[in-house]
Amino acid sequence: MPILEAVRLALNTIRAQKLKSSFTLLGVTIGVMFLIAVVSIVEGMSKYMEEDFAGRLLGVNTFTLKRFPWFENNVTEEMWKEWQRRPRVYYSDLQSVTEVLPSNTRYAVESQDNERASSAYARSREVEAHAVDGDYFTIKNYELTSGRLFTQRELEMGTPVMVVGSEVATHFFPNLDPLGRELRVGGIPYTVVGVLKKQGSLFGLSLDKIVLAPYHSPLHRLTNPRGDIDGIIVQAPTAMAMDDAMESVRELMRGKRRLRPGQPDNFAMETSASALSFFEKLKGMLLIIGTALPAIGLVVGGMVIMNIMLVAVAERTREIGIRKSLGARRRDILAQFLIEAATLSTLGAIIGIGLGVAIAELLDALTPLPARVAPWSVVMATLLGTVVGIVSGVYPARRASRLDPIAALRQE
Amino acid sequence: MSADYVTGEHPISTTAERQAVVATTGAAPDSDWVIVTRGLKREYDMGGEIVRALRGVDVAIRRNEYVAIMGPSGSGKSTLMNLIGCLDTPNEGEYWLNGQLVSEMSDDQLARVRNKEIGFVFQTFNLLPRATALHNVELPLVYAGVSATERRERAQEALARVQLGDRVHHKPNELSGGQRQRVAIARALVNRPSILLADEPTGNLDSTTSEEIMRVFETLATSGQTVIMVTHEADIAAHAKRVVVLRDGLIASDDRRSAFKAQAGL
Repeated sequence: MPILEAVRLALNTIRAQKLKSSFTLLGVTIGVMFLIAVVSIVEGMSKYMEEDFAGRLLGVNTFTLKRFPWFENNVTEEMWKEWQRRPRVYYSDLQSVTEVLPSNTRYAVESQDNERASSAYARSREVEAHAVDGDYFTIKNYELTSGRLFTQRELEMGTPVMVVGSEVATHFFPNLDPLGRELRVGGIPYTVVGVLKKQGSLFGLSLDKIVLAPYHSPLHRLTNPRGDIDGIIVQAPTAMAMDDAMESVRELMRGKRRLRPGQPDNFAMETSASALSFFEKLKGMLLIIGTALPAIGLVVGGMVIMNIMLVAVAERTREIGIRKSLGARRRDILAQFLIEAATLSTLGAIIGIGLGVAIAELLDALTPLPARVAPWSVVMATLLGTVVGIVSGVYPARRASRLDPIAALRQE
Repeated sequence: MSADYVTGEHPISTTAERQAVVATTGAAPDSDWVIVTRGLKREYDMGGEIVRALRGVDVAIRRNEYVAIMGPSGSGKSTLMNLIGCLDTPNEGEYWLNGQLVSEMSDDQLARVRNKEIGFVFQTFNLLPRATALHNVELPLVYAGVSATERRERAQEALARVQLGDRVHHKPNELSGGQRQRVAIARALVNRPSILLADEPTGNLDSTTSEEIMRVFETLATSGQTVIMVTHEADIAAHAKRVVVLRDGLIASDDRRSAFKAQAGL
């Protein structure tokens, strides 16, 4: 029997038993639904990582000189202990670092912590406070909606001025123009001079709850009380120039810290690539965990289909007998039931894909989770549905094909 | 022509001819013979007890004959029908159908033969309940690999032949018993089989409808279709031109209708 004919026959059978069929499909549908949803979320997160996170938070062709890496997998206790023994990075390191950098590279100082801020117009609230120096705004691609950036003089003098994120502006200065108004952090009043363009959120964490002040302002004593800094950010014009700059800085730091040739670095230089590789590994783990659970659903769905097909073979024994008496060979009956199981299961998968996509879209719209439906996951889910159907149909179909036509015809 | 041949009736093979064709064991019969069985034996193992359903049956049926196979229940007539219909294979003996030695065939070869050579008509009609009359009649053509358009045409033609041209899209439950059996006959004929094999075709029908169905068989036989009918009712068997009576797995008598009628007191 041609396949198309068999698929039509299978669809007719399914249509004739709508309720039973829909229960049969449920397992595969739910399995595929979660599979699509999970893969979409992981995929959405990693797309976000690649497109937004790396560029926005870390910057392109950028590395950060730090005491130890922030994005690292499988940190052992020894590693952690070694990191704690490392010398810190200080503002005083900046002078020598900038000396070895080529003239076309940018640099910035980062010193960040969460601090409580307050204004005369709203309740106090925690904000992400950054004490910055150098080309921080250029490297981070920050743009202003109103006001201005720090002047060179303000940076050098450590004037208590602030550029604030859009959420900070709306919270602390409701319906007011924040420019020229006061925001207190750590008891010290800062004058707001600029408001940043809205950044959006990353995994539900707002990127707009941010305040920035010149490094030399009193803010750095709050963000890094020990007098050190979080890191020195260096941005080169090209990837190659970045590698060169990294080498120069490494040599300088090793010399400054008197490291002998065989000794490992006691500082870290993190790039957006190294941060991304961390997320790649994380994504792999999420995918394995996220697909293992729906896979169990698919196995259960397959068993349900096998069970239903066995029932169908028993119920339709007479039909099988009739078909055999009219000249159906074993392989015709085998194909009929295999295709029926595969059609049933593929149908379940297609419904599951629809629901999964809907869930992904809903999550994307209603929650901070960035979900994006990956085309490969739709193709894979459809194939998976078909394969589950064929695999679970083999046993019942073989049973049907081996029925004795006389006994089958005699069945009531 | 044989001496048994009577003008206006169907040709009937003579006893002598049948004995001759059955005697040449191992040889393919003349193409004139649709069915030749030689020493057909079939035994069943019913929980350790061996039931000898057929104990050496020799039957020879010529093309165009209209034969009834009769016998009380347990006589082996169902077993013989299953063997003739290629639904089963004998333990011993030869079965030649249309020049092919069917008794040696595999399952799939038997399926092919059922599809090409045999048209079944069952007591319980055995139509697919969810399929229309047309689709039911198309089924043998599906397994014969006939294209969809030709299938439709031929199925419609076969339904018209049994006066059901206006009922093609009805499902079995929308048809009367007689109409259902006529759909089954159309299905049996659609592949132009060598033999039409009917198993108690009127067993589930009232007497008026039975007569109507028997007239359909009569017409088919007259037009040259070989018809073999298995029944336990003497008045149904009396419609055939020749009656084979089985008893205890052996042929008790094999004679012309007139002789059978006299014997049965009809």
